[in-house]
Amino acid sequence: MQMTDYKPKIVAFCCNWCSYAGADLAGNNRLSYPAEVKIIRVPCSCRVNPTFILRAFQRGADGVIICGCHPGDCHYTSGNYFARRRMALLFSMLDYLGIERERTRVEWVSAAEGAKFAATMNDFVSTVAALGENRRLEDLRCKK
Amino acid sequence: MQKITEDLARRRAAELMRAGEISCLLGWKKGEFDYDVEPTVFYTPEEVERELVCNVFSAANLSKYLISLTRKAEGRVGILLKPCDSFSFNQLLTEHRFDRERVYALGLPCEGTVDTFLLKERVGEGIYSIKIKDGALEVETLSGEVKEIPLSEVYAERCLVCKSRRPVAYDEMLGEVTPDADEDRFAQVEKLESMTAEERYAFWQGELSRCIRCNACRNVCPACSCERCVFDNPTSGVETKAPSEDSFEEKMFHIIRAFHVAGRCTDCGECSRVCPERIPLHLLNRKFIKDINSFYGDYTAGAEVGSRAPLVSYTKDDPEPGQGGQK
Ligand code: SF4
Ligand code: SF4
Repeated sequence: MQMTDYKPKIVAFCCNWCSYAGADLAGNNRLSYPAEVKIIRVPCSCRVNPTFILRAFQRGADGVIICGCHPGDCHYTSGNYFARRRMALLFSMLDYLGIERERTRVEWVSAAEGAKFAATMNDFVSTVAALGENRRLEDLRCKK
Repeated sequence: MQKITEDLARRRAAELMRAGEISCLLGWKKGEFDYDVEPTVFYTPEEVERELVCNVFSAANLSKYLISLTRKAEGRVGILLKPCDSFSFNQLLTEHRFDRERVYALGLPCEGTVDTFLLKERVGEGIYSIKIKDGALEVETLSGEVKEIPLSEVYAERCLVCKSRRPVAYDEMLGEVTPDADEDRFAQVEKLESMTAEERYAFWQGELSRCIRCNACRNVCPACSCERCVFDNPTSGVETKAPSEDSFEEKMFHIIRAFHVAGRCTDCGECSRVCPERIPLHLLNRKFIKDINSFYGDYTAGAEVGSRAPLVSYTKDDPEPGQGGQK
């Protein structure tokens, strides 16, 4: 099987206040999650503009996950509620264009949920790995 | 739109101009051919009486021009509004893009506009002139032949599924409100949704790869009224010319274009009308409208001035992303 050493590239946008701290906690507790997950720290999940996600795919990501504080716990009160609406619409649009819906995900992870962070990443990486390389939203020039 | 509407519009607009109520009028005039009726600004009542065209070819949505015209014209600007344009008019007001006091709006009844691509296809050869008769177009071709084309065969898709012919904004109405269209505007979106992901991908590849990035869809859109557009930013990741090597660019462009007007798009259909490649852009916009309606409750952009667009509000129990509206 040719896919044995295929490792998907994953971009994780993590909000500074909850999910990034959750990732930190996972590290402190020595919980492992795949090294293919590249974390980008953002001030709030609602900082994530749909363009960022498309850009990540353009530059070769195989999956993009957005992590933020649980609804109701946003450091800025309501940022994640806006993010939730935007992402719901964007993901539905990607699906409508025929792009695999499993390549994008939103997960709410608090600063105390190191274990959830690691488990989420493990699960997301294996889901994306099963899909294989992102071929429908790639930019060949960026892969040269 | 009927001949009587045109006569009435000419008379009334010229009257308003003579009385000094309006300093200029946003309307339509004949272009090179009978079918390319184009938006224009009239400054004298004589021009209005001679040249104003209000018929099935007066398709352009004029409301976007109010942004620049109210800034430079003196006094009040007159505008002719079809019902669908009145939603854009309200949406622009909601976004504070022009001052309502500076505008006098004449509402027009509408029974639909003609899709000129469809008409040309239907006629099959060069069109020399067109006479509008009751329910049909009498087309004289370049070879001198006269063909009668029923209007019902060449109405634009957007008019067949028009969301409402009840105008939502005007200062005075020229004529009677016409009955609503009865076709479902989401039927095509539903059809696409019922296909497999592979089929949908192939469908959109076929459509979007024809895009030549002329930007007409963006420039015509009354919801796309930013003075600096993300696509003019050289580092946005989207080329400003048609991509040659791959297919990412146009997907990026189209997803972001549609996303930027999500919740504000009034489904006026101008983007699809002006696309030289006939890409069904309305199917992207309507997907967002349909999702917004099903996820967050029915919302019609422009129905009311001052309503809060769905993407700038939220409720605590909105559905989670990726679950197709499930909570
Ligand atoms: S996106 Fe198209 S249908 Fe929507 S407001 Fe703009 S031009 Fe009209
Ligand atoms: S009008 Fe059509 S061809 Fe031009 S940029 Fe828009 S979709 Fe592309």
